[in-house]
Amino acid sequence: MIARFLAAIGAWLRNSVQDLGFAVRSFFLIIASSGGLWRRPRLVIEQLFFIGNRSLVITAVSGLFVGMVLGLQGYYTLTTYGAEQSLGLLVALSLTRELGPVVTALLFAGRAGTSLTAEIGLMKAGEQLSAMEMMAVNPIQRVLAPRFWAGVIAMPILGAIFTAVGIIGSYLVGVILIGVDEGSFWSQMQSGVDVWKEVGNGTIKSLVFGIAVTFIALFQGYQAQPTPEDVSGATTRTVVISSLMVWWLDFMMTALMFSK
Amino acid sequence: MGGSGSGKTTVLRLIGGQLRPSSGSVNIDGQIVHTLKTDQLYQLRRKMGMLFQHGALFTDLTAFENVAFPLREHTDLNEELIRTLVLMKLHAVGLRNAAQLKPAEISGGMGRRVALARAIALDPELIMYDEPFAGLDPISMGVTANLIRNLNDALGSTSILVSHDVKECFAIADYVYFLSSGKIVAHGTPAEMAVSTHPYVKQFVNAEADGPVPFHYPGKSLADDLGLHAGAGR
Repeated sequence: MIARFLAAIGAWLRNSVQDLGFAVRSFFLIIASSGGLWRRPRLVIEQLFFIGNRSLVITAVSGLFVGMVLGLQGYYTLTTYGAEQSLGLLVALSLTRELGPVVTALLFAGRAGTSLTAEIGLMKAGEQLSAMEMMAVNPIQRVLAPRFWAGVIAMPILGAIFTAVGIIGSYLVGVILIGVDEGSFWSQMQSGVDVWKEVGNGTIKSLVFGIAVTFIALFQGYQAQPTPEDVSGATTRTVVISSLMVWWLDFMMTALMFSK
Repeated sequence: MGGSGSGKTTVLRLIGGQLRPSSGSVNIDGQIVHTLKTDQLYQLRRKMGMLFQHGALFTDLTAFENVAFPLREHTDLNEELIRTLVLMKLHAVGLRNAAQLKPAEISGGMGRRVALARAIALDPELIMYDEPFAGLDPISMGVTANLIRNLNDALGSTSILVSHDVKECFAIADYVYFLSSGKIVAHGTPAEMAVSTHPYVKQFVNAEADGPVPFHYPGKSLADDLGLHAGAGR
């Protein structure tokens, strides 16, 4: 009984280390296979359209509502302390530091990540990747690398759009609807938000989330067994692992970037 | 040729270097496939074409783009020349006028023919066909079989065709190997195989339900499963 329990733990540990090693190796293979993309930027641009442009609506709409809710909640809270003039600052800091990068990454995992995993998984199931290999075309270089870089480029742009639209949403609710002073709203935001510390760090966060979420999505699709059950399982794993990774990375980066 | 699970596709994957042999080696054009480095393997694969069982066409590309894919990846030809070559390949398989259709818009047999045009896009020296007749109606099957033979003769290439369709294979093959459980059990010309007395070949060619390949999956007998032993009812 104890021997079987220990053997099961040993097998789990060995498999986990093996999977992790394979994931790290795959990550570096994608990076190493990316050199050819300089000669064929069209491949990245196409994917940038599919991954980035098609995530634009959900990102912008979510940003608008998050900003509106933040404006409303922020106003109620700040009024308690007579500090409703600081609404613009509160919203801008919340969005640039945390909500912009994190919510965009979670939306990205749900919208683009699942799409990438399913696409790669179905390409594998349909022997398209094998066909590519037999045509002497490296699928990592031709399929995975362009999608990876498109995801990495798209995420900070989407994060910035989310933040900008969110600020507009809070402006609509706070200034236009509730009547917070417009001058205070913008001036406090301008004086309290540091370009490098807030916007810069938020962009770095988005970039790191872009790397993590896109790689997880591609890896899950590439690793999936060519069966309907496993492709659907891989899609679910993409969302679960990406979301957990985003939260963990966010905590780590926040601790590094904003601790005094 | 051989039944399902006899190792036919595995042989093709070993030749193409997609699988490593657990023992022995595969020699193609003087090169031991599993010892080649990735670059060398890709160089060797440029001399090969492969038709997959279900075509394996890129579903987001049109028939034209599918056939153009290997040309764009491996040559620096201008678009005009690529267009001419692709249309010639599609014409050879009778689908020039379907060039702008996507795989979802054409039938399975037509898809197989587009995949064939893609497989021969770079005029390979060796063409491998993995179950090219599977799931095709009789007309498509006959068309595909004739195409395979005619293209092989026109290109002067070597073709390895894996199938379990006796009629089509015997009609177009020069030489047949029968596989069973990963081993060659018989070989010869189609004429020789048609009159072979080898039990496996006889069962296969005549589509007999029972023989060396048993009808029942090996295991316990029905009597054992139902507990019908002598004296069991007592």
